[in-house]
Amino acid sequence: MVLGLPLLGAFLLALFGARRYAAELNAGMSFSTLVAVSFLVLRVLRHGPLLALHEQFFVDSFNVFLVALTAFVGFTTALFSRPYMRIEEQRGRLNPQRLRLYHSMYQLFMAAMFLALLTNNMGLLWVAMEAATLSTVLLVSLYRTRASLEAAWKYFILCGVGIAQALFGTILLYFAAEHVLGREGMTALLWTHLNAVKGHLEPRVLGLAFVFFLVGYGTKVGLAPLHNWLPDAHAEGPTPVSAVLSGLLLNVALYAVIRCKVLVEGSIGSYLPGHMLMGFGLLSAVLGAFFLWRQRDIKRLFAYSSIEHMGIITFAFGIGGPIANFAALLHMTVHSLTKSSIFFTAGHASQTADTQQMAGIRGLVGVSPTIGWGLMLGSIAILGMPPFGVFASEFLILTTAMREHPWTTPFLLIALGVAFAAIFRKVQPMVFGESNAPPLPHSPALAPVFVHLAIVLMLGVYIPFALAEWYRAAALLIGG
Amino acid sequence: MTALTMVRQFGEVLLAIAIAPLFTGWIAQCRAWLQSRAAPPLTQPYRMLRKLFQKDVALATHASALFRMTPYILFGAMVLVAAIIPSIATDLPFARVADAIALIGLFATARVFLSLAAMDIGTAFGSMGARRDMMIGFLAEPALLMVLFNAFLLSGSTALPSVVEASTAHSFLMDPSLLFAAVAFLMVLLAENARIPIDNPATHLELTMIHEAMALEYSARHLALVEWASDLKLFNYACIGFALFLPWGIATHGADGGLALGLAVAVLLAKLTVAGAALALIESLSAKLRIFRAPEYLAMAFLLAVLGLLVHLLLGA
Amino acid sequence: MHPSHLTAALLKLLAASLLLISFAMLSRRRTQRLITLFAWQGAVLFMSTLLVAHSAGLRELYYSAALTLLLKVIALPWILHRLIHRLGAQWDSETLVNIPTTMLVGLGLVIFAFGLAHPISRMATTITRNTIGIALAIIFLAFLMMITRRKAVTQVIGFLAMENGLFFAATSATYGMPMVIELGIALDLLVGFFILGIFFFQIREQFDSLDLSNMEALKED
Repeated sequence: MVLGLPLLGAFLLALFGARRYAAELNAGMSFSTLVAVSFLVLRVLRHGPLLALHEQFFVDSFNVFLVALTAFVGFTTALFSRPYMRIEEQRGRLNPQRLRLYHSMYQLFMAAMFLALLTNNMGLLWVAMEAATLSTVLLVSLYRTRASLEAAWKYFILCGVGIAQALFGTILLYFAAEHVLGREGMTALLWTHLNAVKGHLEPRVLGLAFVFFLVGYGTKVGLAPLHNWLPDAHAEGPTPVSAVLSGLLLNVALYAVIRCKVLVEGSIGSYLPGHMLMGFGLLSAVLGAFFLWRQRDIKRLFAYSSIEHMGIITFAFGIGGPIANFAALLHMTVHSLTKSSIFFTAGHASQTADTQQMAGIRGLVGVSPTIGWGLMLGSIAILGMPPFGVFASEFLILTTAMREHPWTTPFLLIALGVAFAAIFRKVQPMVFGESNAPPLPHSPALAPVFVHLAIVLMLGVYIPFALAEWYRAAALLIGG
Repeated sequence: MTALTMVRQFGEVLLAIAIAPLFTGWIAQCRAWLQSRAAPPLTQPYRMLRKLFQKDVALATHASALFRMTPYILFGAMVLVAAIIPSIATDLPFARVADAIALIGLFATARVFLSLAAMDIGTAFGSMGARRDMMIGFLAEPALLMVLFNAFLLSGSTALPSVVEASTAHSFLMDPSLLFAAVAFLMVLLAENARIPIDNPATHLELTMIHEAMALEYSARHLALVEWASDLKLFNYACIGFALFLPWGIATHGADGGLALGLAVAVLLAKLTVAGAALALIESLSAKLRIFRAPEYLAMAFLLAVLGLLVHLLLGA
Repeated sequence: MHPSHLTAALLKLLAASLLLISFAMLSRRRTQRLITLFAWQGAVLFMSTLLVAHSAGLRELYYSAALTLLLKVIALPWILHRLIHRLGAQWDSETLVNIPTTMLVGLGLVIFAFGLAHPISRMATTITRNTIGIALAIIFLAFLMMITRRKAVTQVIGFLAMENGLFFAATSATYGMPMVIELGIALDLLVGFFILGIFFFQIREQFDSLDLSNMEALKED
C-alpha cells in the first residue's frame, strides 16, 4: 500500500503532469501515502514487528519511524513545491514538460525510498538505493544549465561508483550467508534471517563486506572523503529536491549502513564497525563545519551543514548503546525537519533576491517577514540553540561521547562551534538589513516551515511518552 | 649422444636456414593480399639473396675489419640460436647444453655487433639506427626475460626442451598466466624484429628507419647475410613462441622416430603459415608508433609479462 | 583429464582473459576501441557464466548468461557505437596519466585485490573460487579507468566495466545472486545507461564537447 501509492502517483503524474493541477495531484498523492503510512505505524506500534509478502518486507520500530518521517517530509515538501515551482515556471526556468518529469520523478523517488526502507532483502535494498539515485539524477539536472548538468554528472558517477562498492558488499554478504542459510528459499539475503544467524556468519568476510557497504552507502550519506557530490547536487537542483535529498535520502542511506552495521557487529563481535562509523562521522562533522566558512551560495552553505549533521549522527550511531542511538534517532528526526524547512525558506529567499549568492540576499525580514523569520528560526534551530530539539539531541550525543570516548569531545565541540559562528555570521545579514527586492508573485507556502519548526521546538521541550518509547525501542533494536 | 641425434640436430638447423626466408616472404605476401596489392612471389627473398651473392662488394673506404666481420657473426649467432630452439624435436644435443638465458645472450651479441658495425662507417643514419635499436633492445630484453620466466615457472626449468616437454605432458590447456605472457611475447616479437608498430620493414624513409638504417652501408654478400640473419631471427622468435605457447606436435624425447619427425615438420610448417598470416594481419591493422612511444609500448609488454607471473603466483596452481 | 578439472582450468583461462581485457582497456586511447573491448569483455563474461552454469547445473545462471549476452554483448555496445557516431565522438580519448604509470598502478591494484580476496577464496566452495580475486581486480581497474579518463563516454564505459566485474564476482563467489536481484540490477543498469545517454546530448548541447575537463566550475575555491 505504502509502496503502491507513490508508484501510482508517478504513473499518473507522468500522464497528467503537464496539466495545471499536477502540483495538487502530487501533494494529494503524498498525503494519501502519509495516511497509509500512519495506519502502518499504528499497526506496528500496536502489534510489534511485521513481515509481509513472503517475508520480503519487514517493518520494525526502527524503520517504521523512518518511514513515517519520510512520508511526512515528503508530503510537506510536495506542499511547498507547489508555489515554488509555479514561480520557477513563470520565470522561464522550467517548462511544463520538465514539470511533468519533475512530478513523476518526485513520486518515483519517494517510492524508491519507501522500498529501500521497507524491504527485508539486502539485494532489493541495493536496487532501491540505485533507483533512488537514478530518479534524483534527472531531478538535479532539471534546469539543464551547465552547472546543474555538471552537478548531476558528478552525482551520478560518484554515487554510481559508490553504490557499485555496496553491491560488492552485498555479494560478499550473500556469499557468507549462503554458507549458513543455503541457497534454497532465497532466505540468504533476508535481513531477519541474517539477523537470526549473524553469530555464525564468517567474521572476516563480513568485516570486508562492511568496508564496502560503508564506502558504498557512505557515499550517499555524504560522509567526509566521499562528500563531493553533495553540495553540488543540493545547490544546483531545484529547492524541493534539495530538501528531500538532504532531509530524506541521506537518512535512508544511513539507514542502510546501520542495518549492515547491526549484522556485522553481531558477526565480528567487536566494535570495529562502530569505530569506523565514529571516525568517518567525526571527520565529516569537522570538515563540513570548516567548509561552511568558505561558502558564498546559500544552498551550498546548508548542504555543508547537512554533511556536518550527518557526520554527527553517524558518529552517534558509531558510539552505539541505547542512549547514543536514541540521541542519533532524535537528531535524525530534528535534522530532517529543520533542514527541509531551511531549504524551503532558502529557496524562497533566493527567489526573492533572484540569486543564490548570499551576498545578493539582504533584508529578508523587510520583504517578506515570514521568509525572513523562517530562515532565522530555522538557522537558530539547526545550530542547536536551547529551546529546539537539535539542542536536546546534540547535548545527549555530546554527554555520551564525553563519557564513552572523552578524546572525541574537543573535535565535536570545535565542529559545533565553527558551524555556529559560520552560519550565524552569514544568515544574520541576509535576514536583516536593507533590501528593495520586489515581493514574490505567488504567496509562498510556508506553513510547512513553521509546522516543522514547531515540531522541532516541541521535541526540544518535551518528547511525548509514546514517541520516546518508540525511539527507545528502535534504539534497543539497533543495539551496539 | 648417438649419430641419430646429431643428424636430427643438423637437419633442424638446415631446415631453419632454408625456410627462414620463405617465412619472411610469406608474411610479405599476406600483407600484400591484405592491402589488395599484387603479391610478390613466395620465392622473392631467395631471388634477392641470390642476386646479392652474385654482386661485388662495395666497401666504404675506412670500413674496419669489424664492419666486414659482422655479417658472418650475425649469421652465425642466428644459426646457433636456431640450433638451441626445439622447433621440431626436443632431444637435441645443442639444446641440452644451453638454456634460454644463453639464447637471449646470443640475441644480444648479434645486436651489439650490428650496432657497432652501423656506427663504424660514421654516417648519420647508421649511428641513428644503432642508437634506436639499442634503445628498443634495452627495453625489449627484460620483457622477453619476464615472458620466459613465466614459462620457466610453470615447468621448473630454464631449458627450452624441458619447457616443451613439461607443457606437452601436463595438459593441452593453456595456463592463465601464459595468456599474458603470450600477448607480451607477441609485442616483443614485433618490436625486436623491426615489424610495424615500432619499425616498418618496407620503409624507404631514412628518418623513420631502425633496422634498415643500420644495414644501409652493406652491399652484396654482406647485405645478403645481414638480411638472411634477420629472416632467421624472425623465424627463431616464431619458434620460441611455438615452443612456449603452442608446443603441440613437437617430437618429444622418446617419441621421435622418423614418422614423428615428419609430422613435426608438417606441424611446424602449418604453424608458420598461420603465424605468418596472423602477423601480417596485425601489421596491417596497426599503425606505426612514433619512436618515442616505443618505450611505452615495451613497458606495457614488460608489465603484461609481470602480470602473468603475478597471476600465476596469486591464482595458485 | 577429469571434466571438472578441465572446467576449472578453462574458467581460470577465461578469468585471465577478462583481466587481460581490463588491462587492454586501460591502455587504449581510442573510444571506439574501448567499446569493442567492452563487447569482448561481455562475451568472455557470457562464456564463463555459461560454463559455470553448466558445471553447477543451475538454471538461473543460464538466464543470467542470456541476459549478459543480450545486454552487454549486443545491446549496449551497439547503442554506444550509435551514440558516438551521432555525437561524432570517435576521437582520441587522452589520458591524464601516461599509460605505463597507469598500468603500474593497475598492477598494484591487482596485488591488492588478490590480497583482499584471499580469505574469501579460502572459504568458498564453488569451483570458481580462485577467480574472486580477479573479479575484484577488474572492479578496481575499471575504477582506475574512470579516474584517469576525462571523457564522458570513457567514464561510462568504465562504469559498465565495473558492473561486469561485479557480475563476475557474483558468479564466481556464489554462483550468482537470486534472480530477482539480478533482474533488478540489470534494470537499474539499463535505466542508468539511458539516463547517461540523455546526458551525453545535454552535456554536448551545453558545453559543445564531451570533455569533462570543461566541467570544473563547481569546486571549492
